[in-house]
Amino acid sequence: MSPVLDGFAVVVEPTNLLYCLVGVVIGMLVGVLPGLGPAATIAILLPITLGIEPVTAIIMLAGIFYGAQYGGTITSVLLRLPGEASSVVTVFDGHALARQGKAGTALGIAAIGSFVGGTLAIIALSVVAPLVAEFALDFGPPEYTMLALLGILLVATVSGGGMLKALIAAAVGLLLATVGRDGFTSAERFTFDSLSLADGLDFVPIAMGLFGLGEILYTLETRHRAAHSPTTVANVWPSRSDLRQSSGAIGRGGVIGFVLGILPGGGAVLASLAAYAVEKRRSRTPERFGHGAVEGIAAPETANNAAATSSFIPLLSLGLPANATMAVIFGALLIQGVTPGPQLVTENPELFWGVVNSMYIGNILLLIMSIPLVGLFVRILRVRPTILAPITVLITLIGAYTVNNSVFDIGLVVFFGVLGYLMKKLGFDPGPLVLAFVLGSLLESSLRRSLLLFEGDPGGFLTRPISGTLFVLFLAVALLPAARTVWRTRTADPRRSEESV
Amino acid sequence: MSTETPSTADEPTDDASDDTRPPAAGTVTQLVTAAVVVVLGGAALAGAWNLGLGSPSKPGPGTWPALVSTALIILGVLLAVAARRLDDAERFTRTSLLVIVAVGTMVAYVAVISVIGFEIPTALLALFWLRVLGRESWRTSVAVSLGSTCAFYALFVGALKVTIPHLF
Repeated sequence: MSPVLDGFAVVVEPTNLLYCLVGVVIGMLVGVLPGLGPAATIAILLPITLGIEPVTAIIMLAGIFYGAQYGGTITSVLLRLPGEASSVVTVFDGHALARQGKAGTALGIAAIGSFVGGTLAIIALSVVAPLVAEFALDFGPPEYTMLALLGILLVATVSGGGMLKALIAAAVGLLLATVGRDGFTSAERFTFDSLSLADGLDFVPIAMGLFGLGEILYTLETRHRAAHSPTTVANVWPSRSDLRQSSGAIGRGGVIGFVLGILPGGGAVLASLAAYAVEKRRSRTPERFGHGAVEGIAAPETANNAAATSSFIPLLSLGLPANATMAVIFGALLIQGVTPGPQLVTENPELFWGVVNSMYIGNILLLIMSIPLVGLFVRILRVRPTILAPITVLITLIGAYTVNNSVFDIGLVVFFGVLGYLMKKLGFDPGPLVLAFVLGSLLESSLRRSLLLFEGDPGGFLTRPISGTLFVLFLAVALLPAARTVWRTRTADPRRSEESV
Repeated sequence: MSTETPSTADEPTDDASDDTRPPAAGTVTQLVTAAVVVVLGGAALAGAWNLGLGSPSKPGPGTWPALVSTALIILGVLLAVAARRLDDAERFTRTSLLVIVAVGTMVAYVAVISVIGFEIPTALLALFWLRVLGRESWRTSVAVSLGSTCAFYALFVGALKVTIPHLF
C-alpha cells in the first residue's frame, strides 16, 4: 500500500494541487466552449508542459480531460448546446429540466453523478491497472504488435465517420511515423534530404495542427449562433426523491462507463450514449425520458466521467492509448521522457500513483467549484468565437515554436492544420491518424522484432497464446462489419426486390 | 440516435446549427479523395521500394512502409468503390474561401517571423482575423489585437523566456 500513500504525498504538494486546479478549471472552460475539445486543448497546451515536472504536467492534463466532461454538461443543461460530444445525450433531459425551472437540480445531479462515477472509476483503476501491468510485463514484441494493431482497428471501428475512412486516416498516420531515420538500419526514410525531417516528425505539431488549427479553420466556415441568456440557476441541491430516483442510474452508469472506457475506441462519448439507452430501456416509464427525467442526466454524466477515468488504464498499464485524447497525453509523457508501459507502476511509482490519486482531488475540486462557477462560465460563452479564434490561432502558432525553438515546426502546424480541415470537410476523423502516428514506431519495431524472432514466419503469431488470441480477436473485429453487411443484404434483398416491383 | 431525440421542436433555435452546415458533397468529391489516397499510397510504395523491401526473415527499412502503403492503396480503391453510397463529406462553398485566406495569413506569418520578429506579424494577423474574417468593429479589432500581442509578449518572452525571434 505504501506507494499508493506516497502518491497522495505527491498530490498534496502545493504545486501539484495548484496545477490540478488549473487543469480542472481549464477543462471545465473548454467543456463549456463548443468547438475545441479536450484533445485539441491538451495539444495546444503541450508546449507549456515542457517547463514543468512530468508528474505535475500529467496531473494538469488529466484534470483538463475529466474537467471537460463536466463543463460540457453546463451548456447542455442551460443552453441546449453540448460543449462536448460526451454530453450530447444530457441535452435531452437536462434542458427539459431547465425549462421547468429545475436547472439547479439537473446540474446538481450531474455534479454528484460525475463525482461518484469518477471516484468509483479511480478506485477500480487503482486495483485493475497494476494487475494489468503485471500481467503485461511478460509481453514480448509479438504481443505488442497484435495489441497495437487491435487498438488501431478498434478505434477506427467506432470513430466518427465511416470505418473505411478511419482506416485510411490510420494508415496515413502509420506512414507519417516512418518519416526520419530508421531505428534498425539508420537509413533515411521519406526525408526528401531535409535536415528538419531527418529526426522524424514531431508529435506536437501534428496534434496541434490536426486537432487545434484544423478545428478552428473548420469553424471559421460555419457561422455560430449566439448564446442565449441562460435560465437562472437556483436550488442546486437535488431533493431526496430526485437522489433516490437517480441512485440506480448513477450506479449502472458508473459500471457501464468504466467498462467502455477501458476498451480502445470506447471512451466517454460511447459510454454516455450506452448508459442513457440502458436507463431508458430499463425504466418502467420510458416516456418520461426527454421530458426531464433525472435518470436521463444521472446515467450519462456518471458514465462519461467514469469512462474518462478508466481510459487511463490501457495507457498507464500497457502503454497503449485507447482514444485520441489519450494519444495526446501519451505524447505529453514521451516529451517528458517517460515511456508509458507495464514498467511504469514499478519504475515510476510516484508518477503513476501521483497521477491516479490526483484524480480524487480533481473530482472533489470539480464537485466544489462547478456550481458556483456556472455564472462565470455562462458569461464566457458570450465571448464571440470571432474574437477567440485569432487568439487561439496565435497561441497555437507561437506555442508550436517553443517546443523545439524552430520556425519549421510552425510551418508543420499550418500544414497539418490544413490537412485537419480537409479531413473534417471530407468526412475523415483525425483521431485515428494521431493515434496511429503515436503507435507507429512501437508497432513497426515490434513487428520487425517479431519477424526476426519467428525467422520470417508470420504464422509465429499464432504459436504464442496471448498474441494468438489477440490475432483471432483482430480478425473477428475486422471481419464482423463485412459479415454483417453480407448477412443484411442476403436477408434484406428478397424483400427489397419485392417492394420495388 | 435520432430516434432517441425527444420532441422539443417547439423551441425556435432548435435546428439553427444544422442550417449553417454546407450541403453534402457528391460522388465526384469522394472519387477525387479516393484517387488522392491511391496516389499517396502509390508514391509511398515507390519510396519504400527504393529503400529496399527486404524479406520476412530479414525486414529492411522499406518493409513496413511497403506493407502500410499497400494497405493504403487497397483502402483507397475500396473507397472509390463505395463512393456512390457515401454522404459524409461536405461540399466546398464560397465560405471555404475564408479558410484559404486564413491559411494565407498563417503562411505569411511563418515566412516573416524569423526576419522581423513575432510582434508585428502577431498584431497584424490578429487584426486581420478580427476585422476581415470576423467582421468585428475597428475599435474591438485594434484593442484585442494590440492587447493580445502584449499578453503574448509578457507570457512567452517575459515569463516563459522563449527564444522566439522578437524585436524588443
